[in-house]
Formats: sequence, structure tokens, C-alpha cells
Amino acid sequence: MLDKKVLEAKSIYKTFTDPVKIDVLKDVSFTLDYGEFASIIGKSGCGKSTLLYILSTMDTDYKGELFIDNQSTYKKSEKELAAIRNEKIGFVFQFHYLLNEFSVLKNIMLPGFKSNKFTEEELEKRAMNLLEDLDIKKLAHKMAHQLSGGEKQRVAIARSMINDPIIIMGDEPTGNLDNKNTDIVFEIFNELTSKYKKTLLIVTHDMSFADKTNRIITMDDGRIVS
Amino acid sequence: MKVKHIAEISIALLFARWKQTLIAAIGVTFSIALFITLLGFMEGLNGLLDSLVLNRTPHIRLFNDIRPTEIQPIEISEKYKNHYNFIKSIKPAIARNQLHNVDAILNTLEKDNRVEGVAPRTLAQAFYSLGTIELNGMVNGIDVEKEAKYYSFADYIPEGNYMDLKNVANSIILGIGAAEKMLAKIGDVIIVTTTSGDQFPLKVVAYFQTGMADYDKVQSFVNISTTQKILGKSNSYINELQIKLKDLNNAPPIALEYSKIFKVDAEDIQTANAQYSTGSDIRSLISYAVGITLLIVAGFGIYNILNMMIYEKMDTIAILKATGFAGKDVKRVFINIALSIGAFGIIAGSIVGFLLCFMIDNIPFEIAAMPTITTYPIDYGINYYIIAGVFALFTTYFAGWFPARKASMVDPVVIIRGK
Repeated sequence: MLDKKVLEAKSIYKTFTDPVKIDVLKDVSFTLDYGEFASIIGKSGCGKSTLLYILSTMDTDYKGELFIDNQSTYKKSEKELAAIRNEKIGFVFQFHYLLNEFSVLKNIMLPGFKSNKFTEEELEKRAMNLLEDLDIKKLAHKMAHQLSGGEKQRVAIARSMINDPIIIMGDEPTGNLDNKNTDIVFEIFNELTSKYKKTLLIVTHDMSFADKTNRIITMDDGRIVS
Repeated sequence: MKVKHIAEISIALLFARWKQTLIAAIGVTFSIALFITLLGFMEGLNGLLDSLVLNRTPHIRLFNDIRPTEIQPIEISEKYKNHYNFIKSIKPAIARNQLHNVDAILNTLEKDNRVEGVAPRTLAQAFYSLGTIELNGMVNGIDVEKEAKYYSFADYIPEGNYMDLKNVANSIILGIGAAEKMLAKIGDVIIVTTTSGDQFPLKVVAYFQTGMADYDKVQSFVNISTTQKILGKSNSYINELQIKLKDLNNAPPIALEYSKIFKVDAEDIQTANAQYSTGSDIRSLISYAVGITLLIVAGFGIYNILNMMIYEKMDTIAILKATGFAGKDVKRVFINIALSIGAFGIIAGSIVGFLLCFMIDNIPFEIAAMPTITTYPIDYGINYYIIAGVFALFTTYFAGWFPARKASMVDPVVIIRGK
């Protein structure tokens, strides 16, 4: 990789005006390099999740500049941003967010259907490989609602990987899991950086989880403090 | 994004709420079925009522009306040529309501390829003698084969064989009203008295019934040569030529053309029966209005159900958008759902509509006025299915469009963070 910057945020400001005017993010700037496993920590309400949703391109209501893979997201249409999310960003949420109407395999393949980067056969093969890596191959043909919490989160991680993104973001991905599953998820994330060379950005309030990551970004009152 | 995958997502969402979806689809089915049945029945009835009049009405009638000469002698006079001549109380001269040179006219008409057929008529005013009582009558001399071919004459004969008019000499087909008054059975001989006092015995071979009582009480049909005999005229004496055209809509211009060429009066069907088509048009209009209202109501059903589905599937929409589906893709999914409901409704509705039509078509419906009709009339026109289908697609598309737009504008951050 010639340019090592995967993500760059330049003085991002965000203000909520409803119900009262609150500055949630103030002059947030940082860069994330290729292959980094970073976590964002901070008190609840400090703006870490808000920052993550801005970085994920889902929230466009902010001031400042954001580069993903050296591409500016400024003034991009909803459709173009969706394409960036689809191809470059994998997302893991606190509440798993699998689609209950689909099987595990289809859930993983869905973002791939959108991107059209792979054929359906390739997608299925990729999905099966991912499931195998995450040790949940036997769940492939179960419906999403039949899974336990830990299993769902692992499926969600597999889904975030399907389009071979350059960065994976997580919003408290272990927040809803017990210790055992938290460890499993952490191991998977660790493997993603080491084996697949993915860049990870995880918002968490679990200090023991954050301590194990390569880089800790601490936020307080809308600013990055370290 | 391939259509196949959009379809896959749509189907999954459809079946996730299959009961609601089914109700929406039944709504569309019901409205399509009723639209088709309503239109089929109404147009069938229109066709029946129209045919009651239009089928036996010639498209163009050629005749000589009784009227005063247009150019009065004084206007030809050299002496008064440059004067204004006021003439009061002009009366028609000798009534010659016979068509001149009928053979030549018939020849010309035969060669005209816009004409399907021509049937001649000779009318004779007469009385049906019933002991000492004499009933007013109108004896129509016809060519029974041509009448049957062009004007469905056979449809109005409830009893007897109309071809006997040609095969049996001095025979008559009596209107059912007249026959009842005279107690004339088929095979009886009745006496017809002409205006000049001559009496003719004629054998009743059949009855006819048009459904218009006044008509059936007065009119009767005989062979054209019989009328000529009753009137004491030669066999070229013909009062009227009734022309059937290949296309009824061309009647007015052709009538005008013939009246100029043959120098006779020509009356087209549109002028003679303007009120019938107006009635049919208005009945059709009302049926379409009701039918289309049904389809729109079904559209509201789809709108409601999709709106509910969107509230219930907020999470699904949010996750699709978070993983990179654009608003447009989400919109396509929901429009797809609406169109699938519509398509199902169209297919099921067409089948149910056809069955309903078929059922109505088999309900006995016998009225004295229409002897050939035994069941309710139904028009099985494919056009009603097409109109219903196209309109239902439009309605479901729009019913889907608004909720789909709403879904496409769901902000994933609000949904995901709101948890």
C-alpha cells in the first residue's frame, strides 16, 4: 500500500439542535492507517457513536471533511455514499441487526447482491468460507431468528466482510454479549487484522476490550483527548 | 443490483406478512373481478338493448318522401323569373313514394364494396278483417331471405318457420299482438283488405315478436310480390331499399352520397336512432366510473398495508441502507411488493371475474320481448380484462410509490441509534 491512510477526518463539527442546541462534536480530526485495530472509548454521551455514524457516511449532517480511502465524501449523493458504504465499509452493530426474513447465508450475501462485485456462486462460496473461518458453518441454512446472540453477532461480522471492505466499523459490538462471547468476538476481530489485514474501528465502553486493541482513541465532551 | 435480488428481498418481505399481503391481494382480486363482471354484464345488456333496435334497423334507408316539389312552376316561368314569388299553402302533388329505376340502383349498390347487403321493401296500408271488425294494419313486403341474412329476422320469430313466407304462396307472418287479437293460429287463413277495398285471403305461417307491443299489433310481413299484388302494382314497385353497410359508422357520409347520386331521400342510422347510442354510452360511462372507483379503493388498501409494513420493517430497511443499499433500491423493493400484490390480484381477479360472468351468463332470463334470449346477456370482451389490468397496475404502482418513497427516506442512523 502506497498510501497508508484508510480514513481521515478533518475538523468535524456536529451540532444537535433538537430539543436544545448542543455541540456534540467539536473539531474532531484523526487518521486511521491501513491495518490498524483502533477503539474509541469515552463516557456515554461524549459523542463517540455520533462520530462513528459520521465516519460511516450514514450521517451526513455535519461540518468538516471526511476522506475514505482518499476519496472525499463531500457533496456526494445518497446513492454514491451508499455505494461507498457497500464496498468499502463493513459495519457491526450492538444489536446484531440481521434480517429475520432471511437465512444466515442470505443475510451474509445481501450486501454482495448490491455491489455486484461477485457472482452469486462466488458470493455463496465467500460466505461459506467466512462462516467456516468463524466456526459457524453449520448455521448457514438456519433462519436468522433461530440463532443465539453470540452467533448472530458472528454472522453480522461475516456479513460485514462479504464485500471485502477496507475498514470495519463496530458500534459496541460486544455491548450486548456475555464475557465468553465477547472474547470470541474479540478473537475474530483480532484475526481480521492479522489474517485479513483489515482496518478496524470499534466504539466501545468496555475498557478490557479496548486495552487489547492496538490504538485507543479517547473522547471526552465531543473532542478527542488522546 | 440485479432485478432477481430485489425480487428476492421483496418476496421475503411479502411472505413475512403474508396475511396482510393476502388481504391486500384479495382486495385487488375483488375489485378486478367486479370490474370485469360489472362491465361485462352492463355491456352485454347494452348490446342486447342496442341490438333490439339497431340490428333490425337498416344502416341507410333509401326512399322517396312525400313532399311538395322544390321548384314551383312559377319560378320556371320566364315572365316572373326576376320577381319575388310568394306562394302559400303548397301541397304535394301526386304521391309517388315508389323508388324509380330500382334495378339500376340495386346494380350500383351491389358493386359498392362498402355495402354488405340490400333488402327491398314494399309497404302497403291495409286492414285485417275480423268478422265485421277491421283492424288497422301495415303489410310489409319483404325478401325474407335477405331480411334473415342482414337483419336477423329469424330472431323475432317465436313460432312457425319464416322461410314458409317464400315457399308458401299468399302467406303472411303476423305480429303476435295482431294474431292474439284475431285469434289467428298458424295455418289459419286471415283476410286482408286493402285501402282500395280489395280483399286477399292470406295464410298465417308464423308469428313475429319484437317486444314493442304497438309495433307487434300493427305490422305484418308478406312476400314482396304479395304486396305488389295487393297494391296492384308491377314487380318493380319498391318503396324502400334498406342497406346494411360493412361499417355502421360510415353511414352518414354514404347516405349523403347516395341521396345525391340517386336523387332520393337517404336516412342514416345515426340520425334515425341517435337516442339509443346515447343511452348505451351513459350506461357504459357509469359502469366504468363505478369499476374504476373499486380499483382505486383497492389501491388505498395496498397503500395502507404497505405503510404498516414499512413501520414494522423499519429495522430491515435501516439495515439494508446501512449495509449499502441506496434509497432507490429500497424504493424498488417496496414498489415491487405493491406490483406483485397487483399482479396477483389481476390474475386472480380475471379468473374470478370470468367465472362470475360465466355464472351470470347461465342464469335463466326469459322475457317475452326477446324470444331468442334465454339467459342474462354477458359481453366477454377481452378489452375489459385489459382495461382492468392496466388500471390496476397503475393504481397499485401509485399505491406502492408513496410508501416506497417514505421507506427510501428512512434515516438508518435514527433507527439504529434509537435502539
